[in-house]
Amino acid sequence: MNKKVLMFGWEFPPHNSGGLGVACYGLSKAISKTGTKIIFVLPKKLKGIKSSFLKIVSPGTTYKTSYYFNSSIYPYATSSTSQKATSDFFKFADIKGNSLVEEVLRYASFGGEVAKKEKFDVIHAHDWLSFGAGLQAKKESGKPLVAHVHATEFDRGGGTGINPFVYRLERKGMEGADKVIAVSNFTKELIVKHYGISPEKVEVVHNGIDFTEKEELSENIHKVKEAGKKIVLFVGRLTLQKGPDYFIKAAKRICDFSEDIYFVISGSGDMEYQLIEEVARMGISDKVLFTGFLREKGLSEIYRTADLFVMPSVSEPFGITPLESLINGTPVLISNQSGVSEVITHALKVDFWDVDDMAGKILATLNYGSLSDCLVENGRKEAEKLTWDSAAEKCISIYNNV
Amino acid sequence: MPSVCFYFQVHQPYRIKKYTFFDIGKDSSYFEGEGENNLNNRFVMEKVARKCYLPTNKMLFNLLKKHPELRFTFSFSGTVLEQMERYTPKVLDSFRDLVSTGRVEVLAETYYHSLSFLYSKEEFRKQVSMSREKIKELFAVEPRVFRCTELAYSNEIAKEAEEMGFEGILGEGVDHILGWRNPNFLYKPKGSSIGLFLKNYRLSDDIAFRFSERSWKEHPLTAEKFARWVSDVNGNGEIINLFMDYETFGEHQWEETGIFNFLEVLPEKILENQDNNFSTLSESIDRYQTRDEVDVPYITSWADTERDLSAWVGNDMQKDALKKLYDLERDVVSVGDEEMIDCWRKFQTSDQVYYMSTKGMGDGTVHNYFNPYGSHYDAFIYFTNALSDFKLKLEEKKTNKDFSKS
Repeated sequence: MNKKVLMFGWEFPPHNSGGLGVACYGLSKAISKTGTKIIFVLPKKLKGIKSSFLKIVSPGTTYKTSYYFNSSIYPYATSSTSQKATSDFFKFADIKGNSLVEEVLRYASFGGEVAKKEKFDVIHAHDWLSFGAGLQAKKESGKPLVAHVHATEFDRGGGTGINPFVYRLERKGMEGADKVIAVSNFTKELIVKHYGISPEKVEVVHNGIDFTEKEELSENIHKVKEAGKKIVLFVGRLTLQKGPDYFIKAAKRICDFSEDIYFVISGSGDMEYQLIEEVARMGISDKVLFTGFLREKGLSEIYRTADLFVMPSVSEPFGITPLESLINGTPVLISNQSGVSEVITHALKVDFWDVDDMAGKILATLNYGSLSDCLVENGRKEAEKLTWDSAAEKCISIYNNV
Repeated sequence: MPSVCFYFQVHQPYRIKKYTFFDIGKDSSYFEGEGENNLNNRFVMEKVARKCYLPTNKMLFNLLKKHPELRFTFSFSGTVLEQMERYTPKVLDSFRDLVSTGRVEVLAETYYHSLSFLYSKEEFRKQVSMSREKIKELFAVEPRVFRCTELAYSNEIAKEAEEMGFEGILGEGVDHILGWRNPNFLYKPKGSSIGLFLKNYRLSDDIAFRFSERSWKEHPLTAEKFARWVSDVNGNGEIINLFMDYETFGEHQWEETGIFNFLEVLPEKILENQDNNFSTLSESIDRYQTRDEVDVPYITSWADTERDLSAWVGNDMQKDALKKLYDLERDVVSVGDEEMIDCWRKFQTSDQVYYMSTKGMGDGTVHNYFNPYGSHYDAFIYFTNALSDFKLKLEEKKTNKDFSKS
């Protein structure tokens, strides 16, 4: 008998600000394919979700609920934003509630309400903002809870300290869960070390990647390529966790050596202005281009334009962007401090702090054609094998054993 | 009969240090890695001396004293001999002691343990003659038999060996070249009339690779059992070619696996059957006739399941690196700077491209064990960075030379 799953998430494509939504989509789609039914709960109603494979439940529309709110809490609250001034953060996030605690409690009670009305066998909650809802649903229904950790507060802080409220909620969720899923061994180690969870309780399920056929490159991109310029790409939130500051340090080192290399930074975040200023101060503002946040078509175009993708994360639980890059035929350089480095061998790897090593390897890839060819050819094959199906299989076996 | 022919390969490359892009044009000491890691050639040499060369040599020396029938054959790369002279002279002394018993043969090979036969016949011949000279200088013997890097073998390589005056050559006993025949006879290469020794890979790899493998059904391998397999060849063979890396003893198979205890009693167990004996490769040429001709039109090797050179010239990086390297031959030779020539040849050591191999998991795990770099990509990067610096230096010397000429 297939289990029926009550799943709590926070965002869903196309309304995603990062990898969490992509992962929830990929995983729930692959699980649904096996015949396992999923009720996917979101904290607010989102338009335009392509979700024929699952039932979406959100406040206000599905049920008459007193907890209606138009939330768009940003799931990647970082220490600097949320700890410094919680009220500022919520102004920015445009939420009717006035504290994060209240917000999570609202979603939690909605979770309890859903649990009373729906029939299901197991609860699966993604990351800290939905752990409250997951715990409440477990309390109402007595069904087992699986807490899926895509990132911890220790990753988001990028080594600058943690938000105690987020930490407590993460810890409570993992303690109250019957099983914890970590997206990598890297994350499992953090969970065991910092949250006191027994290693036997934590299963590692690596993320996968959706493989879609390539579209043709747009004409503009062809022109850039024909000009013989090389492009090194960073994609990610501009926060300490993602290490964009190390990326521009490497860029500076390279610009001293070569004229024809451009650096593209795609993403937004609280470090954006700081980075722009830093680039100007270094005197390389003509070589470092900021695109802002890109999605889907723009993103896959930029991947294909690039000659090398760099993910210099300080602490990356998984890191789906290198897989997206490989699927788009662009080789990758990733930090050793990432979960994805556990599953990709055909990538260049460096310690995020080793700017010289990073710069040296970037230059080598751009200069030595056969290196780049081997990285792309083998890396692409490796990435294509990392489907969501095997992640789904592992989840289902966890459902059957909680 | 049969005669057990032990041949051990002794080799260490000059590993390239972590040579970054930013070192190009500034640092030309490519092979002088420092620190306690496997890119420090002295560190590796001293470690292997301690774990393998010294204890195994001592054991073989005692065994030779104990069993007058015992014979061994060795082949040394020039690069390992140089490093012994420089870092571990005691190891060299102990090898000399073995050879001076008169019952240990030394083969010739390419001095730099290179794949030069694929790229330049001239360079290949030069390196073989350098090997001969070095062996004569250090051991006062003249090699009669030739072994090519990684046991690479083909009709053409055999022909070369014959032209250089060798009486025998070694190859892998690959099933498809032997067909219905077994490797336990002296053969003759197609197109030349020297002796061809084909490795008995089953028995050789039982020791070299499977000895400590717990999932193997014959584990644990005892000397009695192995001697029985040797005796089983009686009536269906004259020589048993047990070819392996010498580092099998104590380095690939650690002391804790019992490899030394195995080796210590193996000769007496083999000699318990009076039909069995030992011989060096040259003695086998004198003692046995070639029984059949073997045709190997393309190159075989002792590596991986394919028994070809794909671990060295399999991917684009390896091909690219080798091509760029051998493209320099004319300039290097014409500049004629001894140090530059030596350096260029150190790049040729087959290990340099082996570290770049991206071969799949089954064989790849063996490769990773031997890879001192973080990854095959790093190996390519450091190699190519260093070679770029070498090229700059070469250009400089060339310009200076042209300038002084005019």
